[in-house]
Amino acid sequence: MTQSNTPTTTWDDSQPIVSIKDLYKSFGDLEVLSGVSLDVMKGEVICIIGPSGSGKSTLIRCINALNDIDKGSILVEGQEVHSPDLDMLALRKKVGMVFQQYNLFPHKTALENVMMAPLQVLKEDKEEVQARAFDLFKKVRLEGREDHYPGELSGGQQQRVAIARSLAMKPGVMLFDEVTAALDPETVKEVLVTIKDLAEDGMTCILVTHEMAFAKEVADHIYFTDRGVIVEHGAPDVFFENAQDERTREFLGQIL
Amino acid sequence: MTQQDTKMSKTDLPVLLPIAERMAKRAAYEREVGIFSLRLKAQHGVWLAMLVLLSATVAQAQTTPGQETIFTVLWRWKAFLLEGFLFNILISFMAMAIGTVAGTLLGLMQISLMPTVKASSWAVTQFFRNAPWLTLLFFCMFMLPFEFDLGFVQIPFPDWIKAVIGLSLPVMANISEVVRGAIKSIPFGQWEASEALAFSRRQQLWQIILPQCIKRMIPPWMNWYAILTMATVLASIVGVNEVMTRAGQVSAAEGGRTDLLLPLYSSIMLLFFIYCYPIARLTIRLERKFAVKL
Repeated sequence: MTQSNTPTTTWDDSQPIVSIKDLYKSFGDLEVLSGVSLDVMKGEVICIIGPSGSGKSTLIRCINALNDIDKGSILVEGQEVHSPDLDMLALRKKVGMVFQQYNLFPHKTALENVMMAPLQVLKEDKEEVQARAFDLFKKVRLEGREDHYPGELSGGQQQRVAIARSLAMKPGVMLFDEVTAALDPETVKEVLVTIKDLAEDGMTCILVTHEMAFAKEVADHIYFTDRGVIVEHGAPDVFFENAQDERTREFLGQIL
Repeated sequence: MTQQDTKMSKTDLPVLLPIAERMAKRAAYEREVGIFSLRLKAQHGVWLAMLVLLSATVAQAQTTPGQETIFTVLWRWKAFLLEGFLFNILISFMAMAIGTVAGTLLGLMQISLMPTVKASSWAVTQFFRNAPWLTLLFFCMFMLPFEFDLGFVQIPFPDWIKAVIGLSLPVMANISEVVRGAIKSIPFGQWEASEALAFSRRQQLWQIILPQCIKRMIPPWMNWYAILTMATVLASIVGVNEVMTRAGQVSAAEGGRTDLLLPLYSSIMLLFFIYCYPIARLTIRLERKFAVKL
């Protein structure tokens, strides 16, 4: 962890925006990540796939420090995430996260959900935040739903509000943790379209997903994890057509 | 019988499943609210009213000619007794206010991330929750001074204030559990999502978690209020001039007429019923309303 004191200013676009090196993480006796390394450049879309329990979710949850790590290093814009002198607020501002269960705040309207963090955490100007929030509702194609409570929206709509809520913090990287896994098949598409729009706008996205067709379409790079290690990775066309490892082929065979 | 069914409930007799489910729900509720929960029904009031009438009539039949009728006696003391009852309600209001404020603080301490704060508040909660109410009342009566000397001003501490404090202690402990239970019942995803949005723990608690808890806390809170109201008569044992003490005075003033006792005390019970029944009904209505939401 020698880089822990690296100032943020040394980072520029030519370096990876997220850089994970030799990451280890155990829950009790269960080792979930056993030496994972990967780099994400700014504007890239990364998909992490693999059987359940292979450590995908833990991996991305380590990136915004929702989980701590045992060993290794994670740099976000050149700043060590798991150093004691980390500015947590700065990190959470840089890294947005969307969850499988949406986790919208049920006692607030959709608009309030989106505006809450910029207002209360970043202390930004209310009118400015509101204007940005309305733009975001347009972006996730939910105009007119601003005053609905989460309970009045469908799963797909809630998930898009959750995406807008994350974007309202103007993050540099977005993490998506199986965001379509809890959705009805007919609403999966609307969420995927939203993510695709984002990717096309140049947002750096790291997705854990089971949507292979989607991964193939939007990802710049695909990582396949199994039992805590990255078994294989590559550009989607190579990865899906020409998987080298036996485990990858077996997994793809089951899924596709 | 499939594996899943056995996992869901603790019985493998299918006919018992609905009952098992109901009991599980009840147990979950009682964990949150406390073992004692008020289930007053309108018929309880009818029974009480009948008890008053019946006991008065029976007593009436035994009076010697020339003596005042039971109803005349009760009617004569009505203002005196009602005033006592209002004092009970005042005590319950104050004990509830103190208990709620202190209990909320204690409940929040119970979810603290600091192990010492968490453990000590847990211990305090468990102690006052499980101590007999009357013991706590006596404790406050004899351990608290009759006045507080602040140097420049002396604050008198009459018996009834001590009773208020004594009654507020178990309320505090139970409200502490209600608060803790309500916070624990909020899905963990709410903490995570707000953490990922850079909210501080204090902001998470006050902006995200607690506003969602209030709805769930109102029914058990009202239940504890009703229980407290009925417990205020304990203050008579330590000599506070509330309705039970006054009933004793009435009985003495009437020359210790034994035929008066049953109608007298059952009419006080009726008084408490009339006050607590609407609270119990409202609690049940709120419970039903909030049970489906969230």
